Amino acid sequence: MLKATIEGIGRRTIQGIWRIGFATRFFLLVLFNSGTAFRRIGLTIREIYFTGVLSLIIILVSGLFVGMVLGLQGYETLQTYGSEEALGVLVALSLVRELGPVVAALLFASRAGSAITAEIGLMKATEQLSAMEMMAVNPIARVVAPRFWAGVISMPFLAALFSAMGIFGGYLVGVVLIGVDEGSFWSQMKNAVEFEQDVLNGIIKSVVFGIAITAIALFEGYDAPPTAEGVSGATTRTVVTSSLAVLALDFVLTAFMFRGIS
Amino acid sequence: MQGLFLTNENLVEIEQVEFGYGSRPVLKGINLTARKGQVIAIMGNSGCGKTTLLRLIGGQIKPSRGVVRVAGESIGDLDQAGLYRLRRKMGMLFQFGALFTDISVYDNVAYQLREHTDLPEDAIRDLVMMKLHAVGLRGAAHMMPSELSGGMARRVALARAIALEPMLLLYDEPFAGLDPISLGVTGNLIRRLTDTLGLTSLVVTHDIQESLKIVDYVYFVSEGVIEAQGTPKEILASDLPYVHQFVHGEADGPVPFHYPAPAYDDELRLKEQHA
Repeated sequence: MLKATIEGIGRRTIQGIWRIGFATRFFLLVLFNSGTAFRRIGLTIREIYFTGVLSLIIILVSGLFVGMVLGLQGYETLQTYGSEEALGVLVALSLVRELGPVVAALLFASRAGSAITAEIGLMKATEQLSAMEMMAVNPIARVVAPRFWAGVISMPFLAALFSAMGIFGGYLVGVVLIGVDEGSFWSQMKNAVEFEQDVLNGIIKSVVFGIAITAIALFEGYDAPPTAEGVSGATTRTVVTSSLAVLALDFVLTAFMFRGIS
Repeated sequence: MQGLFLTNENLVEIEQVEFGYGSRPVLKGINLTARKGQVIAIMGNSGCGKTTLLRLIGGQIKPSRGVVRVAGESIGDLDQAGLYRLRRKMGMLFQFGALFTDISVYDNVAYQLREHTDLPEDAIRDLVMMKLHAVGLRGAAHMMPSELSGGMARRVALARAIALEPMLLLYDEPFAGLDPISLGVTGNLIRRLTDTLGLTSLVVTHDIQESLKIVDYVYFVSEGVIEAQGTPKEILASDLPYVHQFVHGEADGPVPFHYPAPAYDDELRLKEQHA
Protein backbone atom coordinates (compact mmCIF):
# COMPACT_ATOMS: atom_id res chain seq x y z
CA MET A 1 0.00 0.00 0.00
CA LEU A 2 2.71 2.44 1.08
CA LYS A 3 4.99 1.24 -1.69
CA ALA A 4 2.24 1.81 -4.27
CA THR A 5 1.60 5.32 -2.97
CA ILE A 6 5.28 6.24 -3.12
CA GLU A 7 5.54 4.71 -6.60
CA GLY A 8 2.52 6.73 -7.68
CA ILE A 9 4.03 9.96 -6.38
CA GLY A 10 7.33 9.13 -8.10
CA ARG A 11 5.62 8.32 -11.39
CA ARG A 12 3.62 11.54 -11.36
CA THR A 13 6.71 13.58 -10.50
CA ILE A 14 8.64 12.04 -13.37
CA GLN A 15 5.72 12.60 -15.75
CA GLY A 16 5.44 16.20 -14.56
CA ILE A 17 9.13 16.83 -15.18
CA TRP A 18 8.87 15.23 -18.62
CA ARG A 19 5.96 17.51 -19.43
CA ILE A 20 7.87 20.60 -18.33
CA GLY A 21 10.70 19.44 -20.58
CA PHE A 22 8.34 18.95 -23.52
CA ALA A 23 6.72 22.32 -22.91
CA THR A 24 10.11 24.08 -22.80
CA ARG A 25 11.20 22.36 -25.99
CA PHE A 26 7.89 23.30 -27.63
CA PHE A 27 8.27 26.92 -26.54
CA LEU A 28 11.81 27.09 -27.97
CA LEU A 29 10.59 25.49 -31.21
CA VAL A 30 7.88 28.15 -31.49
CA LEU A 31 10.44 30.94 -31.00
CA PHE A 32 12.82 29.28 -33.46
CA ASN A 33 10.07 28.93 -36.07
CA SER A 34 8.66 32.44 -35.68
CA GLY A 35 10.05 33.75 -38.97
CA THR A 36 6.91 32.88 -40.93
CA ALA A 37 4.68 34.72 -38.45
CA PHE A 38 6.45 37.99 -39.34
CA ARG A 39 7.32 37.33 -42.99
CA ARG A 40 3.69 36.55 -43.71
CA ILE A 41 2.27 39.10 -41.32
CA GLY A 42 -1.24 38.46 -42.67
CA LEU A 43 -1.28 35.15 -40.79
CA THR A 44 -0.55 36.91 -37.49
CA ILE A 45 -3.01 39.75 -38.16
CA ARG A 46 -5.75 37.19 -38.80
CA GLU A 47 -5.04 35.63 -35.41
CA ILE A 48 -4.92 39.05 -33.70
CA TYR A 49 -8.47 39.46 -34.95
CA PHE A 50 -9.56 36.10 -33.51
CA THR A 51 -7.77 36.34 -30.16
CA GLY A 52 -7.60 40.09 -29.58
CA VAL A 53 -10.42 41.85 -31.40
CA LEU A 54 -13.02 39.22 -30.56
CA SER A 55 -12.05 39.45 -26.87
CA LEU A 56 -12.77 43.19 -26.86
CA ILE A 57 -16.41 43.01 -25.79
CA ILE A 58 -15.77 40.99 -22.64
CA ILE A 59 -12.67 43.06 -21.79
CA LEU A 60 -14.39 46.43 -22.24
CA VAL A 61 -17.58 45.51 -20.38
CA SER A 62 -15.64 43.91 -17.51
CA GLY A 63 -13.31 46.91 -17.34
CA LEU A 64 -16.26 49.27 -17.06
CA PHE A 65 -17.86 47.33 -14.22
CA VAL A 66 -14.62 46.79 -12.32
CA GLY A 67 -13.95 50.55 -12.54
CA MET A 68 -17.47 51.36 -11.36
CA VAL A 69 -17.12 49.03 -8.36
CA LEU A 70 -13.72 50.58 -7.58
CA GLY A 71 -15.37 54.01 -7.69
CA LEU A 72 -18.06 52.97 -5.21
CA GLN A 73 -15.79 51.06 -2.83
CA GLY A 74 -13.00 53.63 -3.04
CA TYR A 75 -15.35 56.50 -2.32
CA GLU A 76 -16.75 54.71 0.73
CA THR A 77 -13.30 54.21 2.22
CA LEU A 78 -11.76 57.55 1.23
CA GLN A 79 -14.75 59.46 2.53
CA THR A 80 -14.00 58.15 6.04
CA TYR A 81 -10.70 59.99 5.91
CA GLY A 82 -12.12 63.00 4.13
CA SER A 83 -9.95 62.51 1.07
CA GLU A 84 -12.53 61.57 -1.57
CA GLU A 85 -10.71 63.81 -4.10
CA ALA A 86 -8.04 61.10 -4.21
CA LEU A 87 -10.59 58.73 -5.79
CA GLY A 88 -9.03 59.28 -9.22
CA VAL A 89 -5.61 58.22 -7.91
CA LEU A 90 -6.99 55.12 -6.24
CA VAL A 91 -8.94 54.02 -9.30
CA ALA A 92 -6.12 54.72 -11.74
CA LEU A 93 -3.31 53.15 -9.73
CA SER A 94 -5.33 50.04 -8.87
CA LEU A 95 -6.18 49.54 -12.52
CA VAL A 96 -2.91 50.45 -14.20
CA ARG A 97 -0.65 48.61 -11.77
CA GLU A 98 -2.72 45.54 -10.93
CA LEU A 99 -6.29 45.05 -11.99
CA GLY A 100 -5.83 46.02 -15.64
CA PRO A 101 -3.09 43.52 -16.48
CA VAL A 102 -4.31 40.77 -14.11
CA VAL A 103 -8.06 40.78 -14.69
CA ALA A 104 -7.64 41.33 -18.44
CA ALA A 105 -5.21 38.39 -18.47
CA LEU A 106 -7.62 36.15 -16.55
CA LEU A 107 -10.41 37.07 -18.97
CA PHE A 108 -8.07 36.56 -21.92
CA ALA A 109 -7.14 33.09 -20.60
CA SER A 110 -10.74 32.01 -20.39
CA ARG A 111 -11.92 33.67 -23.61
CA ALA A 112 -8.99 33.31 -26.03
CA GLY A 113 -6.73 30.74 -24.30
CA SER A 114 -9.45 28.11 -24.15
CA ALA A 115 -10.40 28.76 -27.79
CA ILE A 116 -6.78 28.37 -28.91
CA THR A 117 -6.40 25.05 -27.05
CA ALA A 118 -9.68 23.67 -28.38
CA GLU A 119 -8.86 24.71 -31.94
CA ILE A 120 -5.32 23.29 -31.98
CA GLY A 121 -6.47 20.16 -30.13
CA LEU A 122 -9.25 19.53 -32.64
CA MET A 123 -6.92 20.23 -35.56
CA LYS A 124 -4.67 17.53 -34.13
CA ALA A 125 -7.53 15.11 -33.44
CA THR A 126 -8.87 15.46 -37.01
CA GLU A 127 -5.34 14.94 -38.39
CA GLN A 128 -5.20 18.43 -39.90
CA LEU A 129 -1.78 19.01 -38.34
CA SER A 130 -0.51 15.66 -39.68
CA ALA A 131 -1.93 16.52 -43.09
CA MET A 132 -0.04 19.81 -42.97
CA GLU A 133 3.18 18.00 -42.09
CA MET A 134 2.65 15.56 -44.94
CA MET A 135 2.25 18.56 -47.25
CA ALA A 136 5.73 19.69 -46.18
CA VAL A 137 4.29 22.62 -44.22
CA ASN A 138 5.61 22.97 -40.67
CA PRO A 139 2.55 23.33 -38.38
CA ILE A 140 4.62 25.03 -35.67
CA ALA A 141 5.61 27.78 -38.09
CA ARG A 142 2.29 27.97 -39.95
CA VAL A 143 -0.29 27.46 -37.20
CA VAL A 144 1.33 27.80 -33.77
CA ALA A 145 3.77 30.72 -34.10
CA PRO A 146 1.27 33.23 -35.61
CA ARG A 147 -1.17 32.46 -32.77
CA PHE A 148 1.59 32.88 -30.21
CA TRP A 149 2.66 36.29 -31.45
CA ALA A 150 -0.95 37.38 -31.90
CA GLY A 151 -1.54 36.62 -28.20
CA VAL A 152 1.62 38.40 -27.10
CA ILE A 153 0.76 41.50 -29.16
CA SER A 154 -2.94 41.58 -28.19
CA MET A 155 -2.53 41.24 -24.44
CA PRO A 156 -0.99 44.67 -23.60
CA PHE A 157 -3.60 46.43 -25.76
CA LEU A 158 -6.41 44.55 -24.07
CA ALA A 159 -4.98 45.36 -20.63
CA ALA A 160 -4.63 49.06 -21.57
CA LEU A 161 -8.19 49.18 -22.86
CA PHE A 162 -9.40 47.42 -19.71
CA SER A 163 -7.69 50.06 -17.56
CA ALA A 164 -9.00 52.92 -19.70
CA MET A 165 -12.56 51.59 -19.49
CA GLY A 166 -12.10 51.05 -15.75
CA ILE A 167 -10.98 54.63 -15.19
CA PHE A 168 -13.98 55.79 -17.20
CA GLY A 169 -16.22 53.59 -14.99
CA GLY A 170 -14.65 55.09 -11.86
CA TYR A 171 -15.24 58.56 -13.28
CA LEU A 172 -18.88 57.76 -14.05
CA VAL A 173 -19.59 56.57 -10.52
CA GLY A 174 -17.28 58.96 -8.63
CA VAL A 175 -17.75 62.20 -10.50
CA VAL A 176 -21.00 61.94 -12.44
CA LEU A 177 -23.02 59.89 -9.96
CA ILE A 178 -21.62 60.75 -6.51
CA GLY A 179 -20.31 64.20 -7.30
CA VAL A 180 -16.60 64.09 -6.46
CA ASP A 181 -14.88 67.20 -7.79
CA GLU A 182 -13.96 66.57 -11.40
CA GLY A 183 -10.89 68.77 -11.41
CA SER A 184 -9.25 67.09 -8.44
CA PHE A 185 -10.28 63.65 -9.71
CA TRP A 186 -8.25 64.12 -12.88
CA SER A 187 -5.44 66.39 -11.62
CA GLN A 188 -4.58 64.22 -8.62
CA MET A 189 -4.60 61.18 -10.91
CA LYS A 190 -2.29 62.97 -13.36
CA ASN A 191 0.14 63.91 -10.58
CA ALA A 192 0.21 60.52 -8.89
CA VAL A 193 0.43 58.16 -11.85
CA GLU A 194 3.97 57.94 -13.23
CA PHE A 195 4.59 56.64 -16.69
CA GLU A 196 7.66 54.52 -15.97
CA GLN A 197 6.74 53.29 -12.51
CA ASP A 198 3.09 52.55 -13.13
CA VAL A 199 2.09 52.47 -16.79
CA LEU A 200 5.24 50.86 -18.18
CA ASN A 201 5.35 48.25 -15.44
CA GLY A 202 1.70 47.45 -16.16
CA ILE A 203 2.53 47.01 -19.83
CA ILE A 204 5.50 44.76 -19.00
CA LYS A 205 3.23 42.66 -16.78
CA SER A 206 0.63 42.26 -19.51
CA VAL A 207 3.26 41.24 -22.07
CA VAL A 208 4.58 38.57 -19.67
CA PHE A 209 1.01 37.36 -19.02
CA GLY A 210 0.37 37.27 -22.78
CA ILE A 211 3.45 35.09 -23.31
CA ALA A 212 2.48 32.75 -20.47
CA ILE A 213 -1.19 32.33 -21.40
CA THR A 214 -0.65 31.86 -25.13
CA ALA A 215 2.29 29.49 -24.65
CA ILE A 216 0.30 27.36 -22.19
CA ALA A 217 -2.80 27.36 -24.43
CA LEU A 218 -0.82 26.36 -27.51
CA PHE A 219 1.14 23.65 -25.72
CA GLU A 220 -1.97 22.15 -24.14
CA GLY A 221 -3.68 22.06 -27.55
CA TYR A 222 -0.66 20.59 -29.31
CA ASP A 223 -0.14 18.02 -26.58
CA ALA A 224 -3.82 17.07 -26.16
CA PRO A 225 -4.68 13.39 -26.67
CA PRO A 226 -6.63 13.23 -29.97
CA THR A 227 -9.97 12.37 -28.35
CA ALA A 228 -13.03 14.28 -27.12
CA GLU A 229 -11.98 13.86 -23.47
CA GLY A 230 -8.41 14.74 -24.37
CA VAL A 231 -9.38 18.07 -25.91
CA SER A 232 -11.87 18.97 -23.18
CA GLY A 233 -9.30 18.11 -20.48
CA ALA A 234 -6.67 20.20 -22.23
CA THR A 235 -9.04 23.17 -22.49
CA THR A 236 -9.78 23.02 -18.77
CA ARG A 237 -6.07 22.71 -17.96
CA THR A 238 -5.33 25.78 -20.08
CA VAL A 239 -7.74 27.96 -18.11
CA VAL A 240 -6.66 26.61 -14.71
CA THR A 241 -2.90 26.57 -15.36
CA SER A 242 -2.72 29.91 -17.12
CA SER A 243 -4.89 31.64 -14.49
CA LEU A 244 -2.66 30.33 -11.71
CA ALA A 245 0.43 31.26 -13.73
CA VAL A 246 -0.88 34.81 -14.16
CA LEU A 247 -1.49 35.22 -10.42
CA ALA A 248 1.88 33.71 -9.45
CA LEU A 249 3.77 35.73 -12.06
CA ASP A 250 1.94 38.86 -10.90
CA PHE A 251 3.26 38.36 -7.39
CA VAL A 252 6.83 37.82 -8.59
CA LEU A 253 6.74 40.78 -10.97
CA THR A 254 5.15 43.07 -8.40
CA ALA A 255 7.78 42.09 -5.84
CA PHE A 256 10.52 43.09 -8.26
CA MET A 257 8.87 46.19 -9.69
CA PHE A 258 7.59 47.95 -6.61
CA ARG A 259 10.12 47.00 -3.96
CA GLY A 260 11.66 50.48 -4.02
CA ILE A 261 8.40 52.32 -3.42
CA SER A 262 7.95 53.62 0.07
CA MET B 1 -4.38 2.83 -69.80
CA GLN B 2 -3.51 0.59 -66.87
CA GLY B 3 0.21 0.11 -66.50
CA LEU B 4 1.18 2.88 -68.90
CA PHE B 5 3.76 4.17 -66.45
CA LEU B 6 4.62 0.80 -64.99
CA THR B 7 8.38 0.21 -64.88
CA ASN B 8 10.67 -2.16 -63.07
CA GLU B 9 12.00 0.65 -60.93
CA ASN B 10 11.12 0.46 -57.23
CA LEU B 11 9.77 3.69 -55.77
CA VAL B 12 9.32 2.40 -52.23
CA GLU B 13 11.59 -0.16 -50.63
CA ILE B 14 11.15 -1.35 -47.08
CA GLU B 15 13.80 -3.69 -45.71
CA GLN B 16 13.63 -5.52 -42.40
CA VAL B 17 11.81 -2.66 -40.73
CA GLU B 18 11.03 -2.87 -37.04
CA PHE B 19 9.12 -0.37 -34.98
CA GLY B 20 7.41 -0.21 -31.60
CA TYR B 21 5.47 2.25 -29.46
CA GLY B 22 7.27 2.27 -26.11
CA SER B 23 8.00 -1.34 -25.25
CA ARG B 24 5.16 -2.68 -27.44
CA PRO B 25 6.53 -3.92 -30.79
CA VAL B 26 4.23 -3.14 -33.73
CA LEU B 27 6.31 -4.07 -36.76
CA LYS B 28 8.74 -6.97 -36.48
CA GLY B 29 10.78 -7.13 -39.66
CA ILE B 30 8.72 -5.98 -42.64
CA ASN B 31 9.91 -6.27 -46.27
CA LEU B 32 7.90 -4.54 -48.96
CA THR B 33 8.50 -2.99 -52.36
CA ALA B 34 6.32 -0.86 -54.60
CA ARG B 35 7.22 -0.43 -58.25
CA LYS B 36 6.51 2.81 -60.05
CA GLY B 37 2.99 2.88 -61.46
CA GLN B 38 1.61 0.17 -59.19
CA VAL B 39 -1.36 0.29 -56.84
CA ILE B 40 -0.35 -1.70 -53.78
CA ALA B 41 -2.73 -2.70 -51.00
CA ILE B 42 -1.53 -3.21 -47.46
CA MET B 43 -4.14 -5.24 -45.64
CA GLY B 44 -4.62 -6.68 -42.23
CA ASN B 45 -6.95 -6.59 -39.28
CA SER B 46 -7.29 -3.46 -37.17
CA GLY B 47 -4.26 -2.71 -35.03
CA CYS B 48 -1.85 -4.90 -37.03
CA GLY B 49 0.47 -1.98 -37.85
CA LYS B 50 -0.75 -0.96 -41.33
CA THR B 51 -1.11 2.73 -40.52
CA THR B 52 2.23 2.67 -38.69
CA LEU B 53 3.78 1.40 -41.92
CA LEU B 54 2.27 4.33 -43.81
CA ARG B 55 3.56 6.79 -41.24
CA LEU B 56 7.04 5.29 -41.60
CA ILE B 57 6.94 5.81 -45.36
CA GLY B 58 5.75 9.39 -44.88
CA GLY B 59 8.57 9.97 -42.40
CA GLN B 60 6.26 10.94 -39.53
CA ILE B 61 8.02 8.29 -37.45
CA LYS B 62 11.40 6.64 -37.88
CA PRO B 63 12.04 2.88 -37.82
CA SER B 64 13.91 1.49 -34.83
CA ARG B 65 15.66 -0.95 -37.16
CA GLY B 66 15.79 -1.45 -40.93
CA VAL B 67 15.53 0.94 -43.87
CA VAL B 68 12.61 2.73 -45.53
CA ARG B 69 13.62 4.07 -48.92
CA VAL B 70 11.49 6.35 -51.12
CA ALA B 71 12.86 7.26 -54.55
CA GLY B 72 16.23 5.93 -53.41
CA GLU B 73 16.43 8.11 -50.28
CA SER B 74 16.51 6.56 -46.83
CA ILE B 75 13.73 8.29 -44.90
CA GLY B 76 15.27 7.63 -41.48
CA ASP B 77 18.51 9.44 -42.43
CA LEU B 78 16.91 12.63 -43.75
CA ASP B 79 16.87 15.84 -41.71
CA GLN B 80 13.71 17.97 -41.58
CA ALA B 81 14.60 19.97 -44.69
CA GLY B 82 15.33 16.78 -46.64
CA LEU B 83 12.13 15.19 -45.43
CA TYR B 84 10.06 18.22 -46.41
CA ARG B 85 11.74 18.25 -49.84
CA LEU B 86 10.74 14.62 -50.35
CA ARG B 87 7.23 15.15 -48.99
CA ARG B 88 6.54 17.69 -51.70
CA LYS B 89 6.62 14.71 -54.04
CA MET B 90 4.28 12.69 -51.83
CA GLY B 91 0.59 13.00 -51.16
CA MET B 92 -1.37 11.45 -48.36
CA LEU B 93 -5.06 10.83 -48.07
CA PHE B 94 -6.08 10.62 -44.42
CA GLN B 95 -8.83 8.36 -43.16
CA PHE B 96 -11.48 11.07 -42.89
CA GLY B 97 -9.91 13.49 -45.34
CA ALA B 98 -8.32 15.80 -42.72
CA LEU B 99 -9.48 18.84 -44.69
CA PHE B 100 -8.78 22.23 -43.13
CA THR B 101 -12.19 23.06 -41.73
CA ASP B 102 -11.73 26.84 -41.60
CA ILE B 103 -11.21 27.29 -45.34
CA SER B 104 -13.28 26.38 -48.42
CA VAL B 105 -12.84 23.36 -50.69
CA TYR B 106 -11.13 25.62 -53.23
CA ASP B 107 -8.65 26.96 -50.67
CA ASN B 108 -7.97 23.46 -49.37
CA VAL B 109 -6.92 22.29 -52.83
CA ALA B 110 -4.98 25.51 -53.44
CA TYR B 111 -3.22 25.25 -50.06
CA GLN B 112 -0.05 23.49 -51.16
CA LEU B 113 0.19 25.48 -54.39
CA ARG B 114 0.15 28.71 -52.38
CA GLU B 115 2.57 27.39 -49.75
CA HIS B 116 5.15 25.92 -52.10
CA THR B 117 4.94 27.82 -55.39
CA ASP B 118 4.96 31.43 -56.50
CA LEU B 119 2.28 30.84 -59.10
CA PRO B 120 -0.07 33.75 -59.81
CA GLU B 121 -3.63 33.35 -58.52
CA ASP B 122 -4.95 32.84 -62.10
CA ALA B 123 -2.72 29.83 -62.62
CA ILE B 124 -3.60 28.46 -59.18
CA ARG B 125 -7.29 28.80 -60.02
CA ASP B 126 -6.88 26.79 -63.23
CA LEU B 127 -4.88 24.07 -61.46
CA VAL B 128 -7.38 23.85 -58.59
CA MET B 129 -10.29 23.56 -61.02
CA MET B 130 -8.47 20.83 -62.97
CA LYS B 131 -7.83 18.82 -59.81
CA LEU B 132 -11.40 19.28 -58.61
CA HIS B 133 -12.68 18.29 -62.06
CA ALA B 134 -10.59 15.12 -61.90
CA VAL B 135 -12.46 14.07 -58.75
CA GLY B 136 -15.79 15.31 -60.09
CA LEU B 137 -16.25 18.13 -57.59
CA ARG B 138 -15.58 21.29 -59.61
CA GLY B 139 -19.08 22.43 -58.64
CA ALA B 140 -18.29 22.15 -54.94
CA ALA B 141 -15.32 24.55 -55.02
CA HIS B 142 -17.09 27.24 -52.99
CA MET B 143 -18.40 24.88 -50.32
CA MET B 144 -16.99 24.55 -46.81
CA PRO B 145 -15.72 21.14 -45.61
CA SER B 146 -18.56 20.94 -43.06
CA GLU B 147 -21.08 20.97 -45.94
CA LEU B 148 -19.58 17.91 -47.65
CA SER B 149 -20.61 14.28 -47.27
CA GLY B 150 -17.98 11.77 -46.14
CA GLY B 151 -17.39 10.57 -49.70
CA MET B 152 -17.11 14.09 -51.08
CA ALA B 153 -14.66 15.08 -48.33
CA ARG B 154 -12.51 12.09 -49.24
CA ARG B 155 -12.54 13.16 -52.91
CA VAL B 156 -11.62 16.76 -52.07
CA ALA B 157 -8.77 15.42 -49.94
CA LEU B 158 -7.68 13.38 -52.94
CA ALA B 159 -7.73 16.48 -55.15
CA ARG B 160 -5.66 18.27 -52.51
CA ALA B 161 -3.21 15.37 -52.30
CA ILE B 162 -2.55 15.45 -56.07
CA ALA B 163 -2.31 19.25 -56.27
CA LEU B 164 1.47 19.25 -56.61
CA GLU B 165 1.44 16.17 -58.89
CA PRO B 166 3.23 13.83 -56.49
CA MET B 167 5.03 10.64 -57.46
CA LEU B 168 3.70 8.69 -54.49
CA LEU B 169 0.26 8.70 -52.93
CA LEU B 170 -0.42 7.13 -49.55
CA TYR B 171 -4.00 6.30 -48.58
CA ASP B 172 -5.04 5.58 -45.01
CA GLU B 173 -8.28 3.57 -45.08
CA PRO B 174 -9.77 5.41 -48.07
CA PHE B 175 -12.89 3.20 -48.06
CA ALA B 176 -13.77 3.44 -44.36
CA GLY B 177 -17.35 4.50 -43.71
CA LEU B 178 -18.38 5.06 -47.34
CA ASP B 179 -21.65 4.07 -48.99
CA PRO B 180 -21.41 1.59 -51.92
CA ILE B 181 -21.54 4.30 -54.59
CA SER B 182 -18.85 6.45 -52.95
CA LEU B 183 -16.86 3.27 -52.41
CA GLY B 184 -16.86 2.46 -56.13
CA VAL B 185 -16.15 6.09 -57.07
CA THR B 186 -13.18 6.30 -54.69
CA GLY B 187 -11.77 2.95 -55.84
CA ASN B 188 -12.02 3.94 -59.49
CA LEU B 189 -10.44 7.31 -58.79
CA ILE B 190 -7.45 5.71 -57.08
CA ARG B 191 -6.87 3.44 -60.08
CA ARG B 192 -7.52 6.12 -62.69
CA LEU B 193 -5.37 8.80 -61.06
CA THR B 194 -2.52 6.35 -60.57
CA ASP B 195 -2.62 5.41 -64.24
CA THR B 196 -3.12 8.83 -65.76
CA LEU B 197 -0.75 10.79 -63.53
CA GLY B 198 1.94 8.11 -63.40
CA LEU B 199 1.70 7.83 -59.64
CA THR B 200 2.47 4.98 -57.34
CA SER B 201 -0.25 4.30 -54.80
CA LEU B 202 -0.02 2.56 -51.45
CA VAL B 203 -3.45 1.83 -50.04
CA VAL B 204 -3.86 0.78 -46.43
CA THR B 205 -7.25 -0.85 -46.15
CA HIS B 206 -9.26 -3.73 -44.85
CA ASP B 207 -11.90 -3.47 -47.52
CA ILE B 208 -11.14 -6.66 -49.37
CA GLN B 209 -13.82 -6.57 -52.08
CA GLU B 210 -13.22 -3.01 -53.25
CA SER B 211 -9.46 -3.07 -53.11
CA LEU B 212 -8.95 -6.39 -54.89
CA LYS B 213 -10.76 -4.88 -57.90
CA ILE B 214 -8.24 -2.09 -58.34
CA VAL B 215 -4.85 -3.12 -56.95
CA ASP B 216 -1.87 -4.77 -58.62
CA TYR B 217 -0.38 -6.43 -55.59
CA VAL B 218 -1.40 -7.14 -52.01
CA TYR B 219 0.60 -7.42 -48.78
CA PHE B 220 -1.08 -8.94 -45.76
CA VAL B 221 0.25 -7.73 -42.42
CA SER B 222 -0.46 -9.71 -39.30
CA GLU B 223 1.13 -9.34 -35.87
CA GLY B 224 3.81 -7.08 -37.30
CA VAL B 225 5.05 -9.32 -40.12
CA ILE B 226 4.06 -9.83 -43.77
CA GLU B 227 1.88 -12.91 -43.48
CA ALA B 228 1.14 -13.27 -47.20
CA GLN B 229 1.57 -11.41 -50.46
CA GLY B 230 0.58 -11.77 -54.10
CA THR B 231 -1.62 -10.51 -56.91
CA PRO B 232 -5.36 -10.28 -56.21
CA LYS B 233 -5.87 -13.60 -58.05
CA GLU B 234 -3.27 -15.33 -55.93
CA ILE B 235 -4.77 -13.89 -52.77
CA LEU B 236 -8.28 -15.04 -53.66
CA ALA B 237 -6.95 -18.53 -54.37
CA SER B 238 -4.78 -18.63 -51.25
CA ASP B 239 -5.36 -21.42 -48.76
CA LEU B 240 -3.28 -19.84 -46.00
CA PRO B 241 -5.56 -19.91 -42.93
CA TYR B 242 -5.07 -16.20 -42.10
CA VAL B 243 -5.75 -15.01 -45.67
CA HIS B 244 -8.72 -17.36 -45.94
CA GLN B 245 -10.21 -16.02 -42.72
CA PHE B 246 -9.65 -12.42 -43.82
CA VAL B 247 -10.97 -12.80 -47.38
CA HIS B 248 -14.07 -14.67 -46.24
CA GLY B 249 -14.62 -12.58 -43.14
CA GLU B 250 -14.77 -15.54 -40.75
CA ALA B 251 -15.29 -14.61 -37.12
CA ASP B 252 -12.84 -17.13 -35.70
CA GLY B 253 -9.59 -18.54 -37.01
CA PRO B 254 -5.93 -17.58 -36.74
CA VAL B 255 -7.22 -14.20 -35.57
CA PRO B 256 -9.28 -15.39 -32.59
CA PHE B 257 -12.70 -14.01 -31.74
CA HIS B 258 -11.77 -13.74 -28.06
CA TYR B 259 -9.16 -11.34 -26.84
CA PRO B 260 -6.72 -13.24 -24.59
CA ALA B 261 -8.36 -13.64 -21.17
CA PRO B 262 -8.24 -15.97 -18.16
CA ALA B 263 -10.20 -19.23 -18.50
CA TYR B 264 -13.96 -18.61 -18.66
CA ASP B 265 -14.71 -21.06 -15.80
CA ASP B 266 -12.24 -19.31 -13.53
CA GLU B 267 -13.59 -15.90 -14.43
CA LEU B 268 -17.15 -16.88 -13.50
CA ARG B 269 -15.92 -18.86 -10.47
CA LEU B 270 -18.08 -21.79 -11.55
CA LYS B 271 -15.89 -24.38 -9.84
CA GLU B 272 -16.09 -22.57 -6.49
CA GLN B 273 -19.85 -22.39 -6.70
CA HIS B 274 -20.17 -26.14 -7.47
CA ALA B 275 -17.79 -27.10 -4.67
